[in-house]
Amino acid sequence: MKQWILGLFPIVLLAGFVALFFIYGPLGVFMAAFPPVEELTIERVVLPEPDQIVLHVINGGPDPVTVAQITVDEAFWKYTTDPENKTIPRLGRMRISIPYPWVEGDTHEVMILTSTGLTFSKEIAVAIQSPRTDGTYFGTFALLGIYAGVIPVFLGLLWYPFLRELGSKWLSFFLSLTIGLLAFLAVDMLDEALETAEAVPSAFQGIALVGIGVLGAVLILFYLSDLKLGSSDQTGAEGRHWTALMIASGIGLHNLGEGLAIGASYALGEIALGTFLVVGFMLHNITEGLAIVTPVAKDQPSISRLVTLGLIAGVPTVLGTWIGGFSYSAIWATLFLAIGVGAILQVIYQLLVLFTRKGETVFTNAYNVSGFFLGLGIMYGTGLLVV
Amino acid sequence: MKNKKLSRRKILGGAVGVTALAGGRGLLGAPILATDDPDLEAHDARVMSTTGEVDLSQFDPSKFLYEFDYGQVSELPDGQTLREWDIVAVDKEIEIAPGVYFPAWTYNGQVPGPTLRCTEGDRLRIRFSNAGSHPHTIHFHGFHPANMDGVFEVVKPGDEFVYEFEAEPFGLHLYHCHSVPLKRHIHKGLYGTFIVDPPEKRPEAREMVMVMNGFDTNFDGDNEVYGANSVAFHYHRHPITVKAQELVRIYLVNALEFDLLNSLHIHGNFFEVYRTGTRLTPDDFTDTIMLCQGERHILELKFRHPGTFMFHAHQSEFAELGWMGFFEVEL
Repeated sequence: MKQWILGLFPIVLLAGFVALFFIYGPLGVFMAAFPPVEELTIERVVLPEPDQIVLHVINGGPDPVTVAQITVDEAFWKYTTDPENKTIPRLGRMRISIPYPWVEGDTHEVMILTSTGLTFSKEIAVAIQSPRTDGTYFGTFALLGIYAGVIPVFLGLLWYPFLRELGSKWLSFFLSLTIGLLAFLAVDMLDEALETAEAVPSAFQGIALVGIGVLGAVLILFYLSDLKLGSSDQTGAEGRHWTALMIASGIGLHNLGEGLAIGASYALGEIALGTFLVVGFMLHNITEGLAIVTPVAKDQPSISRLVTLGLIAGVPTVLGTWIGGFSYSAIWATLFLAIGVGAILQVIYQLLVLFTRKGETVFTNAYNVSGFFLGLGIMYGTGLLVV
Repeated sequence: MKNKKLSRRKILGGAVGVTALAGGRGLLGAPILATDDPDLEAHDARVMSTTGEVDLSQFDPSKFLYEFDYGQVSELPDGQTLREWDIVAVDKEIEIAPGVYFPAWTYNGQVPGPTLRCTEGDRLRIRFSNAGSHPHTIHFHGFHPANMDGVFEVVKPGDEFVYEFEAEPFGLHLYHCHSVPLKRHIHKGLYGTFIVDPPEKRPEAREMVMVMNGFDTNFDGDNEVYGANSVAFHYHRHPITVKAQELVRIYLVNALEFDLLNSLHIHGNFFEVYRTGTRLTPDDFTDTIMLCQGERHILELKFRHPGTFMFHAHQSEFAELGWMGFFEVEL
């Protein structure tokens, strides 16, 4: 007990000094003429019906912000807010409804004018009615997710009989190829996580979220692997199944991110640019099934086990399209993507461990090296179709 | 078409409808036009406006419209009329649209400054003291000696200066600060109307002052808010009431900073234009007039028909950002 009091003592003192700083501190010198620091982020723009624009706003700055007026395309427009109080506290949220006759296919710009005269704006690149949370849209998004994520993963799993018959050298080739695929995915996803992090309101520290997500996922997966496999042979059959499961989970998170991208771009009207995006994702993702099944190719896994792995990897795409289409949030997207990066990095480590059993590394022979680079190349090539 | 709208409303039902109602409850006042009606259709002419109301106890553009400051009047030994004013420059935060506050520099705590009015040939004495945080001056348009021009006689915070000159020529003029940097001192709010009446007086009329201005609230060199007499959409919320057939005289001044031009268009009517008000015969008969910064004209018109008539800048952008209002014409 006494020890805990001693442990808390510095914290209590700190609280006291913080209070002193606020009351008597040198801050007063600077506070005189400065307007408060305001930072609003328009996280999402929804066009729920032809004559309506809805903004989802979050206050990511250090001070409360009062919304005073709204303009759309440089015209003041009537609006209502939810909650009714127009002052958004730090980290608070607000929904703003504007009865504006937007034009389908056109670009619009909405701007918030705060009580101090600062402005925060957001472009609606292509105005298109936002998906409603009804059966039709749920169905449509589910179908998009199934096409982009579930079908290709299962098609990839169908390489199992082919892999089963392969000799040891060729299997190593495909394991290396898997590592190449995953390495590409990790980099690709990290890039996406960092990009999404820029849209995160600064108070939520997007880059820190990426760091926490990546490191957290790596450490937790190491801990879980250790718990699951204990001191048993990590490279035995159980270890290989565990690795396949981890690969499926990591890819699942990656596909969740892809789903978010598909859903969000659909909501923003960008998917109108073509079915090209979904086709690209299909080609891109078929290799994921291969990555999952390669480690267990010699273990004769049951059909149900393979199906489970496929579902773990593929179904998150559907979840992603739903989340992205109906309630995209840069904060959660960043965190999910970062966790995915960590999961994939951990899986790469597991695969490298599998190699050591055979006394090999990725760079031991020409099969492995070419497999690794082919993995990278396939991802790069199919990635060209997605952009 | 009507039915289609109705059915859409029905479908909408829940979420958006609820917020719309919630927002409508807390709004102030009962404007003549129900501009705060939460059920406004997206194409209604009244939906394009600001939301809420400004604190009119601080500055009411409806009153400012008719406020003419004739100064303290006395007679000089030679019979000449002397008019004296005290003008103080003060920093003040003003509300330029509901809930939008602008850190202004003002003459006598208001933007535009008081409308100073005199008759040609009067002796004018303006005691100017600077209670603001920056050096300021008053530069009057009109004839006056070089040392009364308000350009080189910079009045530092805490200092005073007395401007004294004869009122001429008659017409509609303006006064503004001429300290550098010019753009900043003017757009911060240091300007006002200066009317010199002709000795023979103009015909009896309902007279009003409209100073067209704008505010760059985020200091990006571009106005966010436009209006006449400072408050966006004020005469949209509070229409100007006039009588049909009565002579209406508008003293129109363009004090807008940053934009090259400003204009006024009055619906359902035509007006006589007295350019700069320096002659007693009209120069033009039109319904749309364009003014450069610092330009000003006297307009005279009569409404033939009762009802609500819009007036606004005929630059749609300015109109949509606040420079728009209504005349309510009564029989």
